[in-house]
Formats: sequence, structure tokens, C-alpha cells
Amino acid sequence: MLSHLFEPSIWAIVGLSLQVSCVAMIVALPFAIVIGKILAGPGFFGKAFLSALVHLPLVLPPVVTGYALLVVFGRRGWIGSVLDQWGIGFTFSWAGAALAAGIMAFPLLVRPIRLAFETQDRRLAEMAATLGAKRSKRFFKISLPLAFPGIIAGVVLGFAKALGEFGATITFVSNIPGETQTLSLAIYTLLQSPRGDNAALALILISIVLSFGAILASEWMVNSSQRKLER
Amino acid sequence: MLTVKLEGTIGTFPIAADIEAGVGVTAIYGPSGAGKSTILRAISGLWQPQRGFIQVGENVLLDSHSEVNLPTEKRRLGVVFQEPILFPHLSVRDNLAFGMKKHETGWDGVIEMLDLGELVERMPRNLSGGEAQRVALGRAILSDPQVLLLDEPLTGLDDSRRAQVLPYLERLRDETTIPIVYVSHHRDEILQLADLIFTIDGGTINQELTPGEFRKATQPPTTRRRDDAGT
Repeated sequence: MLSHLFEPSIWAIVGLSLQVSCVAMIVALPFAIVIGKILAGPGFFGKAFLSALVHLPLVLPPVVTGYALLVVFGRRGWIGSVLDQWGIGFTFSWAGAALAAGIMAFPLLVRPIRLAFETQDRRLAEMAATLGAKRSKRFFKISLPLAFPGIIAGVVLGFAKALGEFGATITFVSNIPGETQTLSLAIYTLLQSPRGDNAALALILISIVLSFGAILASEWMVNSSQRKLER
Repeated sequence: MLTVKLEGTIGTFPIAADIEAGVGVTAIYGPSGAGKSTILRAISGLWQPQRGFIQVGENVLLDSHSEVNLPTEKRRLGVVFQEPILFPHLSVRDNLAFGMKKHETGWDGVIEMLDLGELVERMPRNLSGGEAQRVALGRAILSDPQVLLLDEPLTGLDDSRRAQVLPYLERLRDETTIPIVYVSHHRDEILQLADLIFTIDGGTINQELTPGEFRKATQPPTTRRRDDAGT
């Protein structure tokens, strides 16, 4: 089993998974911050609808989310057909896997960020306003830095979810080695094949280490950012 | 010169004020829950009265007839609340500089007047209550306000801390030309600081008193009897 840990094909799968998850988080994060801030703010018409929409991937069967992505972003989908004319395609590509992972992880990414904004002392922003700070300055200098621990927590949760995504990914972009075959899909494939057990175990070991490392890293980052507040 | 005319209600609680404040300290005196803070929040734009007119010098901040209503960040008012509300993630230096415009002078004078030299490198968490309140005062002054609004700035401090900060407020009154509106329910503070006193009860400003008149009007009954016996 350990010999599999030194096989390049195994690490190519790990590399692809990390690439998919990282890109998913980098692209999703700005949207998650904006939506988290909006949902933490005062009520408006459609707020409950927006909240429900954001949380939908959490409760829908992942296969349904994957199919919905196919309908919207597939080559003949509503948006996919437009993007196709510009040569941008998600189907059967790693970018599609990142899109699926990002959508599936989005609720977990948004939740801690929203909470971080909600629990902020509103008087800090009021005080900044009396000191002449416009809305943008209040956001970037006060709200955003103070929400940092929540943002880290969201990114780690979302990253872990993206790394393990299975149902939506296989439905939307299929299971193509070297292109869309991420950790979960590879483990699944190996477990289906007669002599794949050992290679699958190597991947399982790696995914445990990765998840554990991500959580440790987030603990450390949250602690150090809180220490910075308390210094 | 600050002119304030307000009329409004919060729920069923009526608020009415008619105040003119010039150079020096204009106090608003009344029991807790009388509406003092609401009037300051209205002046600073954090609460909107149903009808009102607020003018500082030539600038109209609010005029419900012509629908002028400047947002808080454009009113150029320095506000200090009962709690200092320092930005916890910024050093004292960055807190002080938060509202400063570029190349602003006056830093050294304010640091000297409020004795902030030894505090600038610290984080807000490492300040005592009195120190934090001095930083909040300095931060408000450095934002170059047209009027300073002080909302019970000493109420959160114990007696000895209060005695430490009070002299700084006197220096502030004597060494700057910024009109100060000082809200408090402490008779002694008002006697020590104010040049003109408005009394408020049940949400309505009802009397305008000189310090002498205020001293007489609010004299505790026991002292009055002793005075009577002496004459």
C-alpha cells in the first residue's frame, strides 16, 4: 500500500483535487463575503429567498445540483451556450469540477462569514461614520478585518467540502482521469476495480491527512488573528 | 454656532428639542431615559427625527422642509459616547489617525493636550477605561469636527478615573474653539464644565439656564436649608 504513495499518478490526482478546491474557494470567496454581508444586514424584500437559494445545495441531493449545473452551464445550457461561443466550456473540464465544488461548498462558506458580520458591534461602524468614513472605508477598514476569523472558518469548511465533493461533480463533468477525476471520484473508481484497493487506501490516507491539516491550519490562523486583536 | 430644532417620536416616546450652542460647553442635563442621547444621535445623523432643522455655521445638516439630510460621514461632528468604542484591531495610533485627512496638522497638540504620547503604540485592549476614553476624545478631535458631541463620556468610569479625565475636558474647553455639546446626568460635571445648560425631561428640552441658575435650580434640599439658615 505504501508503495502507492510514491506513484506519480496518485499525486496527479491529489494535485488536481487541490487545484479544483483552491480555484473553487478563490472564485467563490468574494461572492460569499458580499452575500454574507448582505444576509447579515437589515431585512429587505427577497432576503429570505436569497438565503434559501444560497443554502439550497446543502439540502438538495447533490445529483440534482449537478443536473441543474448541466442545464444551466452545459454546452446547450442557458448560460453555457453563450459561454460556448466565446470558447469557454465547463463540461468535462476541471473548471466545471471547480464550479460544481464551489456551488456545493458555497453554503458552508457563507454561513460563518454571515455570522461574523452579524455578531459585530454595530456601534463600531457608526463610530467610523462619525469620523467621516464612507461606506467603502467602513467595510474595508472595520467590518472586513474584524470578520477575518469567520472568513477563515468559512474557507476551511468550504475547502474541505470542495475536496470531498462527489455527486454534483460526477453528474456535471463526469469522471475523466486527469481532467475531472478528483480524490473522491478516484477513490470510488479504484474501489470498483478488482485490484484497486491498495491504491484507494493510499488516496484515503492522503485525504485524511489533507482534511486534518486544513482544520489544524484554520485553528492556527483563527487563533493568531484573535491574538492580534488581543495583543 | 450649532442650531438644533427637532420633533419626532420613537414608538410613543416624544422627542422635542430647540437648542443653540456656541463656543464653549453647552450641556444637556436630565435623568436617564429622558432622551438626551437620542438628541445627540439625531444631531450626528444616526437617528432621524420626523421633523427637524440642524445647522452648523453655514452648513445645513438636516432640513426636513427642503429634504436636506446629510449622511453621518458628511456631517463633520466628533462624537464620544459613554463607552470609548475604539476599533479593537487597530493600534491607538491608527485609531487616532482614522478620521484624519491627509497632511492634517494638530496631531502633536492633541497628543500633548490629552497626554497620549505613551499610549500610541498600544492596542485598545491594554488601556484602562480612562485612557481609552482619552483616546476616543483625541480621535474625535483629530477628525477636525465642527462640533464635538460628548454623550456621558465619564459615566462609564469610576470616581477616581473620572477625576483623572475631567481636567482633560476642561483643557479641551479652554484650549480649542470647537463648540462642545455635553450630555450628562451628573450635576457636578455640568457645574464644572458648562457655560450654558438645557434641561430635558420626558424627551422635551424645557429650560435654558446659566450655570448660576442651574446651581440654584438643582441644589439638593439639605444644602438649601443650611444656606437659608446662614442668611
